[in-house]
Amino acid sequence: MSVAPAEVEVERPEAGQDAVPDTPWVTIVWNDPVNLMSYVTYVFQQVFGYPKARAQKLMLDVHHKGKAVVSSGAREAMERDAEVLHGYGLWATVSHDR
Amino acid sequence: MAGFRRTPRGVSARFTSAQAGIVRNLVGQVADLVGGPGAASAPPAGPGEAGAEPDPLFPDDLAAMLDSDGPAGTPEDPVLARLFPDAYGDDAEAAGDFRRYTEQGLRDGKVAAARTVLATLPDSGGRIRLSADDAEAWLRALNDVRLALGVLLGITEDYERELADVTGTDPRSAYLQVYDWLTFLQETLVRSLR
Repeated sequence: MSVAPAEVEVERPEAGQDAVPDTPWVTIVWNDPVNLMSYVTYVFQQVFGYPKARAQKLMLDVHHKGKAVVSSGAREAMERDAEVLHGYGLWATVSHDR
Repeated sequence: MAGFRRTPRGVSARFTSAQAGIVRNLVGQVADLVGGPGAASAPPAGPGEAGAEPDPLFPDDLAAMLDSDGPAGTPEDPVLARLFPDAYGDDAEAAGDFRRYTEQGLRDGKVAAARTVLATLPDSGGRIRLSADDAEAWLRALNDVRLALGVLLGITEDYERELADVTGTDPRSAYLQVYDWLTFLQETLVRSLR
């Protein structure tokens, strides 16, 4: 992030943006016909450190339900997760948990 | 071919020269698509070198993107759109911001993985041995190739049935067989890494 030029700025949430505590965001992985089930499981283990059984369950959720929530938390963290997942070729999106 | 197997220091596999040629060709094509023409083979350019080639990791369209005021849009090329999908389905501005911050790094990573494959797989094939790090680069590079082929061939969930149905005169036939073989290869690699 670049520093503001001439003056020191106090960071404050813009009105209406973060006026309430940041409600959880989620990273969603979507099913696609190319990614191998074994590969998706491997990626979940590598990226999130999930034990194999949990990674497999998540992969099966993606496979059978079309998508699954793979992580939740602050928006910036979800964007980082999505970026890493994109690096592995998974189709990941970020959205508000509702 | 038996595919990849685990070794004490990583993984190993044996390729015929034809198989090596297929992998090198496809990995190189994806690298050139993602990183710009010549990305697969160009040495990293030093900054400000007189007469240096344009840096293949900074294609002209990326420069234009950075100059634009609007959000960076979904790539028009369907393969690029799949390799760099929108991170927000319902917020074009957020998706554009995400793309602006992440796409170049993702491109660099995919080109680096492709270059690792090209550096570790001789034209002539033979037995190759990969460290765990190189094996993971191979895994991602092979996945990128399969994603690209998946888009170009219109691969769906039941591609195995398509493969069985397709006839020799179908122009997709050879590529479907290559896709099938790469699927097997990647599967053996994942299994040997787990």
